[in-house]
Amino acid sequence: MPVEILMPALSPTMTEGKLFKWLKEEGDSIEPGDAVAEIETDKATMEVEAVDSGILQKILVAEETEGVPVNTPIALLLLDGEEDGRQSNNQGDIAPLVVDRPTFDSFVSQSDEGSPPKGQERVDVNTQTVREALRDAMAEEMRADDSVFVMGEEVAEYEGAYKVTQGLLKEFGDKRVIDTPITEHGFAGLGVGAAFGNLKPIIEFMTFNFAMQAMDQIINSAAKTLYMSGGQMGCPIVFRGPNGAASRVAAQHSQDLTSWFAHCPGLKVVAPWSAGDAKGLLKAAIRDPNPVVFLENEVLYGQSFEVPVGSEIIVPIGKANIVSSGTDVTIVSFSIMVGKALEAASQLADDGIDAEVIDLRTIRPLDEETIIKSVAKTNRIVVVEEGWPTCGIGSEMAALMMEKSFDCLDAPLIRVCGEDVPMPYAANLETLALPQVADIVKAAKKVCYQG
Amino acid sequence: MARSSKSATKQRSSKSQQVKSAVRNSINGKLKDELLSYYRDMVLIRRFEEKAGQLYGMGLIGGFCHLYIGQEAVVVGMQAAIDSKSSVVTSYRDHGHMLACGMDPNGVMAELTGRVGGYSKGKGGSMHMFSREKNFFGGHGIVAAQVPIGTGLAFGHKYRDEEAVCLTYLGDGAINQGQVYESFNMAALWQLPCIYVIENNQYGMGTAVARAAAGRELADRGAAYGIPGEKVDGMDVLEVKNAGGRAVEHAISGKGPYILEMTTYRYRGHSMSDPAKYRTKDEVNKMRQERDPIDNVKEKLLLAGLEEKSLKDIDASIRKIVSEAVEFAQTSPEPDPQELYTDVLVNN
Repeated sequence: MPVEILMPALSPTMTEGKLFKWLKEEGDSIEPGDAVAEIETDKATMEVEAVDSGILQKILVAEETEGVPVNTPIALLLLDGEEDGRQSNNQGDIAPLVVDRPTFDSFVSQSDEGSPPKGQERVDVNTQTVREALRDAMAEEMRADDSVFVMGEEVAEYEGAYKVTQGLLKEFGDKRVIDTPITEHGFAGLGVGAAFGNLKPIIEFMTFNFAMQAMDQIINSAAKTLYMSGGQMGCPIVFRGPNGAASRVAAQHSQDLTSWFAHCPGLKVVAPWSAGDAKGLLKAAIRDPNPVVFLENEVLYGQSFEVPVGSEIIVPIGKANIVSSGTDVTIVSFSIMVGKALEAASQLADDGIDAEVIDLRTIRPLDEETIIKSVAKTNRIVVVEEGWPTCGIGSEMAALMMEKSFDCLDAPLIRVCGEDVPMPYAANLETLALPQVADIVKAAKKVCYQG
Repeated sequence: MARSSKSATKQRSSKSQQVKSAVRNSINGKLKDELLSYYRDMVLIRRFEEKAGQLYGMGLIGGFCHLYIGQEAVVVGMQAAIDSKSSVVTSYRDHGHMLACGMDPNGVMAELTGRVGGYSKGKGGSMHMFSREKNFFGGHGIVAAQVPIGTGLAFGHKYRDEEAVCLTYLGDGAINQGQVYESFNMAALWQLPCIYVIENNQYGMGTAVARAAAGRELADRGAAYGIPGEKVDGMDVLEVKNAGGRAVEHAISGKGPYILEMTTYRYRGHSMSDPAKYRTKDEVNKMRQERDPIDNVKEKLLLAGLEEKSLKDIDASIRKIVSEAVEFAQTSPEPDPQELYTDVLVNN
């Protein structure tokens, strides 16, 4: 029996990839370590190496096929000593694999409160990944304002560890797209100084886990100096990068630090879910005269949404978005958990519960009004976040409800949070540590006194 | 500090006679004017700081207050080496830097007393003052945090093709912080016009340099990055200015960063609450008597034939400026309670 060569997962968050090129033909003999194909992942183009020796019997997925799910058989390898019992004369007659798009797209079309183009007449839309939307936001703002530059590890020649800065070096050159050494505290502080000097830096942290090295410059220098200078020293800087749980990388590389930043006056804290919001909010962040912590999500980078076309479409910082309206329970969330909240809302609808899903989009300053109004209608609230429960965004929501919506509540608020443990590596434990759709459904039913 | 034996002192005194006559002959009109201006600037800092210390004792200034007395030649000499396009950033021992940058003594003193007429409207205090107008970017309270910030200001000068440098001051305590080396690396890598001025006043709070810093001279701390370094007599304003000139020329011509280690001495404690038990009174007195930067210039000016009265006139005018600052700092009102909520974010 020939061995199947499977589409490999070449990064922790890769779910599919493009079979870019075959480096071997059917009938070629292969040794372990031989590169057999080039795969384009969500981050880079990489070679697939053989682990067994034998003959490449059959190619199952043609070159240039996009969206090949991880673990799909892409070729058959006849191991040494095995006989080829099959004809291999149908080379060149390979049907491209048909791949279903991720299910997230369906949620976007449900969003009739549609994020950015509110109040505008017909707006053309493009389907884009969050990654592309973020890149376009930076490129558009860099075209419009030559004081904007991007700095971080691997942002230029490597085109971004997560490919977010793809193409920027080519268009803007190395004066404005700058690879730094691995030196977070240093380049965060350098960015702050450049911002004091009236430039508009976009500082990319490869992930926000590493921003902890730079915390002093973000909090003590960027956030506080305006106040300490009596209003003289504005710091127009964006700190951006992926935040939140990644996949199978354990505790140091997988955590949601939103509440760390949201705690501090002097910062704005943004955490978008959809590609349109990612683009519109990043543009707003770059134009903002204040330091903005812009929390992206690695798992969302590859997901596609409809994005309004136009370089002047921005999403205002400080405005939440009702992504799905309802009357029975308010589910407040942000970043990747918005997708889960929408899935939960869809399941709840089957049980006759009409949930309203709010995407906070900005965590500081918080759009209290949208939440309070929603709870005045639904009288019930569930808050969903990836982060830990203690002093988290859900805790803040609980305080807000006590202070401003107490008389509207028909049930105590429930927080659905990440478990109060460092992120485990084991797949089953990792799933248990993160809020799942079922947890949200359960909480929503509980505040509705059902189930 | 090196201790001199008696014979060394004798040798020095005969040598100093030669120096004196050389100085007398070398001070022309232009240099005399220059020295007069340094004298004035240094005396302003000294009298201002003495007064700040007094107001602290009276409870009019609160919190941390780090005085610059003894180190005046460093900022005055360095400031003379740059022009107004260049930027300056330092740590929390910053009053002298602000005065040297030409900031208004009234505004500085009123910030110390936490009044609305202060540079930060009373919200920053001793360690946190700024003046965009004078290109003074703080006043930073976290040891060494100003070093990447200064490197970023230098990055901005280069980005905009300005003929300017950033003077980034740091102390001998800050030199052991990691972010200093992160900055050195980037500044050298990208040839940023940043001059790192290490004010080695011999003690990081209560810890003598030798107990905190391994290796040879602090001036050599950029060697691994190829950054030239010089050790300079920071008690001699002319030495400082000349070294500053070399550093500025290097940085502005596109050759990248430069390090100047200024050996200097603070006469007062680390902050007002420091009993200074880590050094002897004799050590301090010896520095004051033999190495004082103001006496040094005064001596040169008198040798050059300046009448003592001219210096006394300067002293009197400075006293007046400082008295006015004290008056302003006490009469300027406290900030309005509403100021509590302003300047958290730029409204947009």
